[in-house]
Amino acid sequence: MAALSSNLLYIAFILYLVATLFFGGAIKAKNNTGEKKSTNRWGKIAVVVTIVGFVSQVGYFITRWIAAGHAPVSNLFEFTTFFGMCLVGAFIVIYFIYRTPLLGLFTMPVAILVIAYASMFPRDISPLIPALQSDWLHIHVTTAALGEAILAISFAAGLIYLVKVIDQSKASKRTFWLETVMFGLVTTLGFVLVSSLFSAMDYKAEFNWIDKNDIEANMEYTMPAITGPHEGELLTSGKFEPLVEMPAMINAKKMNSVIWSFIGGIILYGLLRLILRKRISAALQPLVKNIKLDFVDEISYRSVLIGFPVFTLGALIFAMIWAQIAWTRFWGWDPKEVWALVTWLFYAAFLHLRLSKGWHGEKSAWLAVIGFVIIMFNLVAVNLVIAGLHSYAG
Amino acid sequence: MKKRRLIMRTLILFILAAAVAYTLYANLTKDNRMKVEVGKQAPDFVLVDMEGEKHKLSDYKGQGVFLNFWGTWCKPCEAEMPYINNQYNHYKDKGVQVLAVNVSESELAVNHFIERKKLDFPTVIDTDGQVQAAYGINPLPATFLIDKDGKVVKYHTGTLTEAMVREFMEKIKP
Amino acid sequence: MKDVKCECGHVNPHGTVLCEACGKVLVEESPDKSLLDMRYEGSARRSQTYNKTIVDKIWNFFSSVKVGVWLIVITLVASAAGTILPQEMYIPPTMPAEEYYEDQYGWFGKLYYELDFNNLYSSWWYLILIAMIGISLVICSLDRVVPLYKALKAQRVTRHEGFLKRQRLFGISENGDHDDLAVVKQRLQAKRYHVREENGDLLAEKNRFSRWGPYVNHVGLIIFLIGGMLRFVPGMYIDKVLWLREGETKVVPETDGQYYVANEKFILENYDKDKDKTFEAAIDRAGMVVKNYQTNAVLYKRVGPAIPGEQPELEKVKEHKIRVNQPLKFESFALYQVDYKLDELNTMSFSLTNKESGKAFGDIKVNLYDPKPKYDLGNGYAVEVLSFFPDFEFSENGEPTTKSRIPNNPAFVFKMISPEVPKGETSFVAIQQTIEPLGDNQYKMAFKGIETKNVTALTVRKDLTIWIIIIGGILFMIGVIQGAYWNHRRIWVQNKNGEVWIAAHTNKNWYGLKKEIESTILETKLIIPDDQMQKERNDKEGV
Repeated sequence: MAALSSNLLYIAFILYLVATLFFGGAIKAKNNTGEKKSTNRWGKIAVVVTIVGFVSQVGYFITRWIAAGHAPVSNLFEFTTFFGMCLVGAFIVIYFIYRTPLLGLFTMPVAILVIAYASMFPRDISPLIPALQSDWLHIHVTTAALGEAILAISFAAGLIYLVKVIDQSKASKRTFWLETVMFGLVTTLGFVLVSSLFSAMDYKAEFNWIDKNDIEANMEYTMPAITGPHEGELLTSGKFEPLVEMPAMINAKKMNSVIWSFIGGIILYGLLRLILRKRISAALQPLVKNIKLDFVDEISYRSVLIGFPVFTLGALIFAMIWAQIAWTRFWGWDPKEVWALVTWLFYAAFLHLRLSKGWHGEKSAWLAVIGFVIIMFNLVAVNLVIAGLHSYAG
Repeated sequence: MKKRRLIMRTLILFILAAAVAYTLYANLTKDNRMKVEVGKQAPDFVLVDMEGEKHKLSDYKGQGVFLNFWGTWCKPCEAEMPYINNQYNHYKDKGVQVLAVNVSESELAVNHFIERKKLDFPTVIDTDGQVQAAYGINPLPATFLIDKDGKVVKYHTGTLTEAMVREFMEKIKP
Repeated sequence: MKDVKCECGHVNPHGTVLCEACGKVLVEESPDKSLLDMRYEGSARRSQTYNKTIVDKIWNFFSSVKVGVWLIVITLVASAAGTILPQEMYIPPTMPAEEYYEDQYGWFGKLYYELDFNNLYSSWWYLILIAMIGISLVICSLDRVVPLYKALKAQRVTRHEGFLKRQRLFGISENGDHDDLAVVKQRLQAKRYHVREENGDLLAEKNRFSRWGPYVNHVGLIIFLIGGMLRFVPGMYIDKVLWLREGETKVVPETDGQYYVANEKFILENYDKDKDKTFEAAIDRAGMVVKNYQTNAVLYKRVGPAIPGEQPELEKVKEHKIRVNQPLKFESFALYQVDYKLDELNTMSFSLTNKESGKAFGDIKVNLYDPKPKYDLGNGYAVEVLSFFPDFEFSENGEPTTKSRIPNNPAFVFKMISPEVPKGETSFVAIQQTIEPLGDNQYKMAFKGIETKNVTALTVRKDLTIWIIIIGGILFMIGVIQGAYWNHRRIWVQNKNGEVWIAAHTNKNWYGLKKEIESTILETKLIIPDDQMQKERNDKEGV
C-alpha cells in the first residue's frame, strides 16, 4: 500500500509538469482575451491532465492514510504535499469559475515547487506522538492547508498582475522586488536540485561536535559542509572539510543547506538570465499580454475572500479547539500559533485596505504576494528555524 | 440631538476605558494576588501536633495566632525559628499563639528539627497539603498574622528578624 | 450642523455624499466626474461630522479605518518580534531568565530581555495594543453600521441620472419597451432578486444581508476579546499543576477541598518497531517514539463538610485513564496529562551486616517519605535513624544538609545497635558512599535495593470564559462567511428620456454580476451595460 501510494504521488507530479507545459501552449496558441468562455484545445487538455493528476494525488493521500492508519498530514513532508494538493484543487475550482488557462501557468509551477520541496524531507510513514493523536489535529491541519492554498491562488493572480503591469523597460524598485520574488521561486528549485543531486551521489559525512550545552554530539551531513559545526571533527574520510566553523548556537547543518540552496538558486538564476538576456519577469511579460488587469485583480481578491474564512476556521478556530484539548489551553503563544495570527492579521489588514482605503490593482497585488511570503515563512522558517510545539522532524 | 450624542460617546468611551484599565490592573497584579487576602477571615483548619494534640484554628478565637509555614530544608525558615521561639515564650501568656505548619515532611525529619532547634511552640505537619492548598502557599517561609476575631491582619514571606517577629506579635496581641 | 435637503425631497444628515433616497451627488468628491465611490453608500459617517470636544477627538481617532489598519500592522509586527527568541515560558528552567537570554544569545539576548520581549504577549503595551484594536472595532462599527442601515433603508427605486451614469456597470438602450421590462423583472425574480417597481422603474436587489457581515464578525471579535479580558477576573480561570506519585491521593487545588484525585498508575509506552511494522523506518530514524502517556486516575468527592487537615471521608466519583488529548472532566474542571517523572525513589533497603564475617542480622526497609526513628531487628539488634537528608548535599560549611523534601539523593545517619556494641556505632550512608565519622565500625548498613514509583503531573484547569470565547468565535465565523461568500447586488433598470438605463452595483464579484445581467437581458432589445472601469483602463493601456 505504501509503495502504491508513493507511485501515485510520483504520477501526479509528472502529470502536473505535463499540464504546465500544456497551459503554456494554451497561452501561446490563444488569441482571445481570457475572459471568454471558449478555451482552446491546448487549454482543455491541460485542465484534463491537471484533474487526472489531482485524482492521482488524492489516490496517494487515501492509500497513505490506509497504510498509516491516520491522515497523512503529520510530518513536514505529508503536510507540504497536502498543501500542494490543495493548491491544485483550489486552482481547479477557480478555473471552472473564471476559465483562464493563464492562472494555471502560474499556479501549477508553484504547486510543483511545493511538492518537490516537500519530498526533500524524510518520507517515512511516521507514528503519531500522543499530542498528535486527535481527530481535531487532522481537521485543523487539513482546513488550514486548504485555506492557505486558496490564499496562494491570490498570490498567483497577483503575480500575473504585477508581471503585466510593471514596466520592464527600465529598472526600478518595482522590477527589483518582483525579480526578488522570482529569485525566491528559483532558489526553492535550487534547493530541490542540489538536495536531489547530493542524495543521488549518496553523500554522507559524519561529524563529532560540541553542542551549546558543551556536550559532544554526532551530526550527519548530506551535503558537503561549507559551514561546519562548532568544534566539529570530520569522521568520514575523503569528504569535504568545512570552510567556516559556526558557533554552537547556530544549527550548522541547516545553515549549510540554506547556503547550498542559494548557490543552486544563483547558478540557476544566472543561467536563466544568460539564456533569456532579460529579467525573468520581463521574459514572462508576453505571456500575460492578453489578460485584463481588472480580471486578474478580481480573481486575486476573490481568492482572498474565499480563502480568509477557511484559513480562519482551520488555522485559528480548529487549532484552538485542538490546543484546548491537547495542550490544556486554546492559545499558548507558540511561534507557529503566533505566525498563524500574523498571517490572519495581515489578510485582515489587506481586506480593510481594499474595502475602506480603495487599495485595488497593483497595491492589492503586492499585498497578495507579501501574504504568500508570510505563509511560506510560517511553513518553512518557523518549522525549521524557530522550533516550537509544532516543529515536525526536520 | 448633538448633546445626546456627546453623552453617548462619553459613556461608551468611559466603559471601554474602564474595562481596559481593569484588565491591565488585573494582569499586572496577577502574580501577587493572594488566595487568602488581608482583612478576610482566615480559612479554618485542624492539624495534629507532634505530641498528638489537635489544633483547630477556630479554637483560638480571642487570641492572636502567628501562623508560620516552613520546611526543614528551607534556610530562611531555619534562621527565623529561634526568634519565633524567643518571642513565643514572651508572648504566650499575653494571648498570642504560634502554630508552625510543616509542609508535608516526614515526622522523623520534623522531630529531629525540633530537637535540634529546641522549639517550644506547637508544630503540626500538613501531610497531604490540604492546608497549604487552602492558604495558597508559595514560597516559603510564609507567615500569616491572624487577630483575635480570626481575620488575617498581615501576610509576609521571607525571613523575619527578631524585631519583626516582636512587632508582629505585638500587632495581634488581643 | 444642518441637514441637507435633496432636490428629490429627502432630508439627509449633514456630511452625506450621495442622497440616501435618490443617489444624487451632494458633495462632489471626484472632480473628474469619474465613477462614484459607493463605500458606505456615500452616507454621512458620524465621526466626520464634527470635531469639537476632546471626547469627539478621541472618538474620531478610533473611528478611522486608517488608524485601525495601523493598529493591526503594529500588532502584527510586535507579535512577529516575539518569536525571534523563545518566550520565557518556553525556556528550560535551568537558570533564571535574566541570565539565560544573555548566556544563550549574547548581546542580542540581553537586549531582548531588557526590552521585556521575553514576556511580550503579556506585557502592558501589547495588552494596550489589543485593547486599542478592540476599541477601534467598537467605534468603527458603530459609526458605520447605523448610517449604512439608514441609507439602505431610505433608498428609493427611481434614482438620479448622475447616480446611474456614474455606476461602474452602466448602459443605455434606446429602444427597450415595456415587454422587455416585464421579462427582465420576471427573470430577476427567478434569480431570487427582490424587485421593487415605481413609476415603471425597477430596482432589483439581493443579498443585502451580506453588507452586515463585517459588523457581525466585529461583534464576534469584541465578544471574543471580552472573553479574553474576563480571564483576568479572579476565579474565572485556573491553571495549576498537581504532582502525584503512584498510590498517592491529593486534594485537587481550587476545588475548596471538594475533590480528591488518586494516581493508581502512570504508564509510558513507546512504539514497538516489531509490532508497528509500518513505522519501522521512522522509528529507526528517531530512535524512540512515544505512543502514550497515561495516568490511571480515580476521582473522589468529599462526603460532608470537613475542615482542611481533617481526614476526609471520600466517595469515588469515577475512574478515568487520563491521556494526552483525553482529559478527566468534572464540573467545570479538567485534569490534563502534562508531565511525568519516572522511577522516583520510594523505599531503600539495607541489611545490618557484620563487616568481618559478612553475616547479615536482618533487613530494614526505609520508606523515604516516612522513615521510622527506630527499626528493631530482634536479638539485641536494632537500627536507629539519627538523621535523614532526602535530597542530600554538603552545605557551604561542610555540614550535610538537604536541598528539598523530595528523596532525589537520600542520605542517612544510622546508629547500629548490636549485642557487641549496645551503645551503637554511627555510620553516614549516602548513595555510593559511606562515612564512619567516629572511627572504624564492626557493622555496616549494606545496601540491598530500592523501590521506585512514577510520578505524574496533571494540569488542573478551569476556564469559565471558554463559552464566551466560543460564542465570539462562532459569531465571527458567521459574520465573515456572510460578508465574504455572498455579495450585495443591485440592478437599476429605469426609464430616462424615453430610453432604458441599466446600472448595477455590487460590493464584490463584478464578474458574477455581469454574467447575471447578461443572462437576464438575453434575447431582449436591451443592451448589455459596459464595465466603465475596465473601459477607462483599456483606454489607458491601449488594448
